Amino acid sequence: MKMITAIIKPFRLDDVRNALSEVGVNGMTVTEVKGFGRQRGHTELYRGAEYVVDFLPKAKIEVAVAEDLVERAVEAITAAARTGKVGDGKIFVTDLEQALRIRTGETGDGAL
Amino acid sequence: MLLPALAQAAVDSGDTAWLLTATALVLFMTLPGLALFYAGLVRSRNVLSVLMQCFAIASVVTILWTIGGYSLTFAQGGSAQAAIGGLGKVFLAGVDASAVFASYPNVPESVFVMFQLTFAIITPALVVGAFAERMRFAAMLSFSALWLLFVYIPVAHWVWGGGWLGTLKFLDFAGGAVVHINAGVAALVAALVLGNRRGFPVQPMPPHNLPLTVAGAGMLWVGWFGFNGGSAIAAGGAAGMAMLTTHIAAAAGCFAWMCQEWVKFGKPSVLGIVTGMVAGLGTITPASGFVGPAGALVIGLTAGTVCFWATQYLKRRLQIDDSLDVFPVHGVGGFLGTVLTGVFGAAVLGGVGHPDDRLMVTQLAVQVAGAVATALWSGVVTWLILKVVGALTPLRVTAEEETEGLDIALHEERGYSL
Repeated sequence: MKMITAIIKPFRLDDVRNALSEVGVNGMTVTEVKGFGRQRGHTELYRGAEYVVDFLPKAKIEVAVAEDLVERAVEAITAAARTGKVGDGKIFVTDLEQALRIRTGETGDGAL
Repeated sequence: MLLPALAQAAVDSGDTAWLLTATALVLFMTLPGLALFYAGLVRSRNVLSVLMQCFAIASVVTILWTIGGYSLTFAQGGSAQAAIGGLGKVFLAGVDASAVFASYPNVPESVFVMFQLTFAIITPALVVGAFAERMRFAAMLSFSALWLLFVYIPVAHWVWGGGWLGTLKFLDFAGGAVVHINAGVAALVAALVLGNRRGFPVQPMPPHNLPLTVAGAGMLWVGWFGFNGGSAIAAGGAAGMAMLTTHIAAAAGCFAWMCQEWVKFGKPSVLGIVTGMVAGLGTITPASGFVGPAGALVIGLTAGTVCFWATQYLKRRLQIDDSLDVFPVHGVGGFLGTVLTGVFGAAVLGGVGHPDDRLMVTQLAVQVAGAVATALWSGVVTWLILKVVGALTPLRVTAEEETEGLDIALHEERGYSL
């Protein structure tokens, strides 16, 4: 099992959610987050006084998937979140040791 | 010949009704207009402090105006008349329901006292923007009281109370010098004496709530009709023209500042458009009763442009922390408008014509002299008052209190419990 964590532009969230559903991902956790990458933040101007705002609003999606779904899920996120402009985000894939469905006690792939 | 003169001397109900309305509009400019305009511009931890300052100034100035302020501004000063008024109307002696003020027998004196009081309230309240977020409340209150007595009252007397500038026929319809240059220069001096806010200009200090600022600005625009239209002290063509020129200049000020930002920074900002409006209004104030619509248009466009660059220069180049830009908007705008009154007041440029059919150059000289005299008096006396108050009580809050915010440090309250 793998945990896919994707940081994306908030306005692509619906597209990413639909794309993930299509490849068979059943659930996900979404968080509103702030951050910046190489593009840095943006500048706000008040009567000519410049304020550099480092942290831009982003959406963080976390999905736990079985091994055979990882590649397609990552591809789906990439395709749906990509605008081609700086600040599109990043995807991290990490090993997931265990998963457990609280209601039934199922574990492993069956719990996803 | 006597009868028409007598008829003219009677209180006019139309004039009175308009001045009552205008008075309410001018008080509306401070409470809530200016209070909200300023409140939105500071950081959230200081929102109550500026609201408190505007309210407290309204309270203290009213008391001082009742005791002696009105008298020293408008009562006969005898041999000192050129410099200051007299004490004949201390505690508003003689101001009852039937009293009229000799210069304006068309309205009750009670209404004139009240109308002028609202000007006396907003002027020190404007200064508050310069030292926002760092001045101690007790020092602010003492400073404002002394400033009213030693700066506002003499200048108002010089221009409107029969003082030396009035004798020279210096033109200031609704307070370009009395209110805006006066407050603007005091703001600059106060910002310099108090010093920059901690962290200025490195640390970001963006406005915490621009919708409040825009709401306050909208109230200022509306209230300004009372400010300038009321200064005709009569409900008639002069008031109508003053309202028209005021509105044109405000709109032109908006437009000019917006375009400057659009060209320079790529985007027109909301704070920019409302600041341009205030610049346009402050600049047309001295001219509003003397110029025509075309003159008002030029004055407004000039105001939005010049005040924009003045703000850039003060903030970016000189790095003076006049927190809410009182000097570049009101001081520079007031100066500009006072001088341009000497230009566009001329009949040939659509104005009502200069007093005694003077040449434009003569009137310009008087306008510049009055503006410079006001600026000098305000600058020097403001500095002295701050030094005296500063010797008796600290002017600034401590570094810890400034970081914590004035709302909690000085008033033990917070603006938002979200």
